[in-house]
This record gives sequence, C-alpha cells and structure tokens, in this order.
Amino acid sequence: MTKSRSVEVGSKKVNLIPFSGWMVVFVLIPIALVVYYAFTGVDGFTLTNLKWIWVYRDTLWLSVWLSVIATVICLLLAYPVAYMISRAGEKMQRNATLFIMLPMWMNFLVRTYAWMTILENNGLVNNALRGIFGEDFAGLNMINNHGAIVLGMVYNYLPYMILPIYTALTKIDNSLIEAARDLGSGAVQVFRRIVLPLSVPGIISGITMVFIPSISTFIISKILGGGKDFLIGDLIEDYFLGNSGVVNYNIGAALSLVIMVMILLATYLMNRFDKDAKTSGGGIL
Amino acid sequence: MEKNVVIELKHISVAFDGEQILKDINLTIRNGEFITFLGPSGCGKTTTLRIIAGFLEPDEGDVIFDGKKINGMPPHKRQVNTIFQRYALFPHLNVYENIAFGLKLKKLSKADIDKKVKEMLSLVNLKGFEHRNINSLSGGQQQRVSIARALAVDPKVLLLDEPLGALDLKLRKDMQVELKKIQQSLGITFIYVTHDQEEALSMSDTIVVMDGGKIQQIGSPTDAYNEPVNAFVADFIGESNIVDGIMKQDRVVEFSGHVFDCLDAGFDRDEKVDVVVRPEDVDVVPVEKGMLTGTVTGVTFKGVHYEIIVDINGFLWMIQSTDISYVGDEIGLYIEPDAIHIMKKSEYSGMFGDFSSFSEEFDELSDVNAGVESEGSDDD
Repeated sequence: MTKSRSVEVGSKKVNLIPFSGWMVVFVLIPIALVVYYAFTGVDGFTLTNLKWIWVYRDTLWLSVWLSVIATVICLLLAYPVAYMISRAGEKMQRNATLFIMLPMWMNFLVRTYAWMTILENNGLVNNALRGIFGEDFAGLNMINNHGAIVLGMVYNYLPYMILPIYTALTKIDNSLIEAARDLGSGAVQVFRRIVLPLSVPGIISGITMVFIPSISTFIISKILGGGKDFLIGDLIEDYFLGNSGVVNYNIGAALSLVIMVMILLATYLMNRFDKDAKTSGGGIL
Repeated sequence: MEKNVVIELKHISVAFDGEQILKDINLTIRNGEFITFLGPSGCGKTTTLRIIAGFLEPDEGDVIFDGKKINGMPPHKRQVNTIFQRYALFPHLNVYENIAFGLKLKKLSKADIDKKVKEMLSLVNLKGFEHRNINSLSGGQQQRVSIARALAVDPKVLLLDEPLGALDLKLRKDMQVELKKIQQSLGITFIYVTHDQEEALSMSDTIVVMDGGKIQQIGSPTDAYNEPVNAFVADFIGESNIVDGIMKQDRVVEFSGHVFDCLDAGFDRDEKVDVVVRPEDVDVVPVEKGMLTGTVTGVTFKGVHYEIIVDINGFLWMIQSTDISYVGDEIGLYIEPDAIHIMKKSEYSGMFGDFSSFSEEFDELSDVNAGVESEGSDDD
C-alpha cells in the first residue's frame, strides 16, 4: 500500500495523501451523501424518489433545451473569436485573453444582476428608449423570459468556450498549415481539413464547460427568468432550502443524481467521439 | 539562357524587421539536379527555400519557374513540394490519409489515389503501414511518410529543409543513401538544405555555400572542397589549416617562414593571400626532411587516422596521419605543391584562427542539436 501513496513526477516523489484526503472530503463524501439521500425515504431504502424526475420532465426538458441553445450560441460566437486571437500577434493575444478573462474577476451574481438593471422594464435600455420616444413608450419586454436566461448563460459562460478553443488552435503547429498549403490546399481547405479537425478537443472542452454549468444553474434563471421559468437547478435548490414550503433532501438528491448521471454520460460520449476523431491532446476533460 | 533550367533566382533580397536576411541572391537550378544549400544557421538557406516554396515573398528580385515569373503565386499553385524539418505530418490522419492528402485535393478517382499511395509506400519501403497512426511511427518512418506524401503529387522540384536533422547518426546515413537513390530513380530536382557539410558533400551534384545572407560559392562538391573561394568556405567544408601567405610570384608562395611551390597563379607580386592546406595533405617526415618543423601538442585517435596538433611558430596546425606521433615530439612536415590552395583575401580572412580552440562550425552544429529531441543524437 505504501507504494500507491506516492507517484514519480519527474524525479520527485510526490506524496498523494493530501490530495487523496482532499478528494475524499470534498468529492467522495458529498457524492456518497447524494446517493444515500436519493435512495432513502422515511422508511429506509426506496426508489420512489427517482419517479419525481418524471414528474418534473418538462422542467428537465426546458433546462436541457435552454442549455443546448446557450452552448450552440457560445460555440458560434467563440470559434471565430478564438480563431482571430490565435492568428494575432503575440502582444495582441496576451491582451485579448486578458480582456476575455477580465469579467470573470467580478462576482458572478453581480454580473448577472447587472444584466437585470440593463434589461428590466425600468432598466438602462428602456429608459434610453424613453428618452428617444417619449415617456409614454411602454418599453421592450426583455427580461423574465427564456431569451434572457439564454443571454445570461451565454454571457457568463462564453469565456469557458473561447479559451479552450483558443488553446487548441494555438497548439496547431504552423508547419502543418504550411504542409497543407504546399500539398494544394487553399485557405478554405486548410481550415476544413486541418484547423477544424485539430481544434475538436478544444471544442469538446468548451462544450463541456458551458453545458454543465448551464444545465445546473439556478441563479441565472432566478434573476433573469423572474422565477417564472423554473429550471432543474431551481427545483433542486428549492427542495434543499424549502423556498416553496417543502424541504425534502431525498427528492433533491434524486434529481441531482439524475442530472449528474446525464452529464457523465454526455461527457463520456463526447470523449469517445474525440477519440474516434483521432485528435491528440488539447482537451481539458 | 541555358536550357534545361527549372528555377532561377534573380537578385533576391529579403529583410525582416530591418535586418537583411538575403542579399542579392542569384542562382540557376537545372532540371534533375541535386542541389544543396549549405551554411550555418542564420545564413539564409531556409529563407531561400521558403521563397521557392512560396511561403515567403522576396522584397526584391524575381523567382522564375520554367521560364515564368512566379512571384506572388501561392504555395498550393506551385509545382514544388516541401519536406519539412519536423515532417509536419497531419496527426489526425493515418499514414494512408496523409499520403492521399494532396491527391484528394487534385480530385483524382479513388482507384487512382489508391494506386498512387501504394506505389509511394513501396518507394519509401513502408508497405503495410497504411492504417498506422502517425504517432505510433518512429522518427525515420515519419520521415518516409512525409517523403511519400510530397512525392505523391508529382512535384517537379522537391524542397527538403534539413530533413534528416532530427534523426540519429546511423539512420541519417541510411536515409542519405536512400534519398539520393529516390532522387536518381525519379529524376526530379531536389533542393536540399543542410548545415552538415558531410551530408552536402556526399549527396549533392551542386553545393551552394551560404553565409550572412550571401552565396559564397557555387560548385560541385569536389570544387567546394578542393578550390574554396575564401576562408569561410575552406573552414566550413572539411577541416582546414588557413594561414597568411605572400604570393612571391606565379606558382610560388611564402608562408610560415618557408617558400613553397604551388599550382596557383594570377596574383599580384607580393600580394597577401590566404593559404589553405587540408590536414590529410600534409606528410609527417623526420625533422631534417621537413619543409616546416613543429612540436606535437596533441594527438587524438580517430580510427582511420590520428589527428595531430602541431605547433609551428605559435600557430597550431592540424594534421591527419596514419602514423602515430607523441605529444612533445619534434616532427617535420612536407607539403606537395598540389596540396596548397591559394585564396584572395576576403572579409573572412583571419576569422578562423588555428586549432587552439573549437571552430565556430562546431558551435553551430551543437546549437542545432540543442533544439532537437532526437533519439540519442551524436553529431560528427
């Protein structure tokens, strides 16, 4: 056993006990608790908690749907940006990545509330419009709808799509692009046959890093969705905190478990796809 | 214009960030020739190659291909293909797909592509490797795939940018022979870039020695070795003793305090010149029979011969002899007239000194290897 507690990193032996301890306390025990609550009720072991996922299937479907839309929009926005940054000069690349990370230094809640003050009926945009069209202007309905939730997701998670794609793109050796040109590829062919396939690991990392927080969010839907559109994350929060009068750890845990399994499955499938594409390196997950 | 010319470079100049990389390069390359750009790193050899490939546009001058000016033509429209230093194989494609890459772009039929790929694989001795992953191949195998990939599209000219630099010595020697064989059997022009003078001498029909962005000498390997035009070429190609001399008259030169007969003529009376004597052309004789005498300060056994360092009036000569001498011995040296080569004084005169320290060429070679993660590279 003593052997398995250390690994060789370069020439240094690294003690794994602190890491293992961390993993047990912050990963294993919480997951074990979730599983425990998901399969227990007042009478001990039960599977009935899982049936609630069927009860809330519309909420689950809405969560998946909005997260997919947000992820697709992020990908479409992020790829051209990441590509342009990766082609820019060294200094420009440093500055651009800095600017992309800059909003992440601000609190997530503050950023999301900022959008509320921009979008709401008496917000920045509508007041500006009233300045133009007069005080009687009714205002655009820009908040408390699905669009606002997707906007919140895209805004908050876009950097997590740009950065891994950018990293994957910068890893592509310039000589590969030159070789492709040398063998007869024009610009479009170089992109389609070389750049795009070699950036797939970055795309997969980006999708994972946008989709997972999107599907489990409860803050964005609460602030920008007006509490009207419950997402699966809001449901789970409610069952644990009892916002709607009922506290039930068992149902909350069961819903969490289902989401977790879905995410694991999706990640596994995507990594399989990645391997099939025979791309090497670049991925984060 | 000489017929049979495939590429001409006319007055090519290039500068990066105000630094002149190439200065007025003029060169004619014949069809079917194996031509080598030889020089230390930073001499402009790779830049010249990239200009021919179309990756770089010259600031001044013309690139002529088959009699037509091709300045500004993008690489994918040029009938030249490149073997890259690090092979640049596509990691997401297997061996077959890599070789078929250029053929697919030519919109050939599946059967034609298949036939060509098979033909190329047998040319580079990689039959049966079709479905192998690129990353599972050794450096030598990857190099073969990159050769097959470039030759598959039937280039008129193949550009090779230090293609063997990342291979170990043994494999490099084998690949030299194989490349030469491939070039001869296909009859296409090879433009080869290397800093390895031995590689250049053994493979090329023509060597273009470059330094400081300028062509120093163009000639056959024997010309470059036996008739170097200046101290740079003499030092870079092979080992040389380069000493100051004075041309007393045609075919008579004085150096190291002795007057020698030589074969060179056409210099002014008492003109200062550089004299080159190759280490293997000096005979070791008893002191009383020597034209020059000196003290042995170092002996290294090299297998075929001993490398003997001799101090002659404070200037260290290198001599290669099959007879052993010992440190401290007084020996005589005898030099035949045809072993003496006289060069005009140039900007390189006096730059290379004697054999009291490592030459610059040695530094160049170790520099290049420092950046190469090769399989136990040992340079000559």
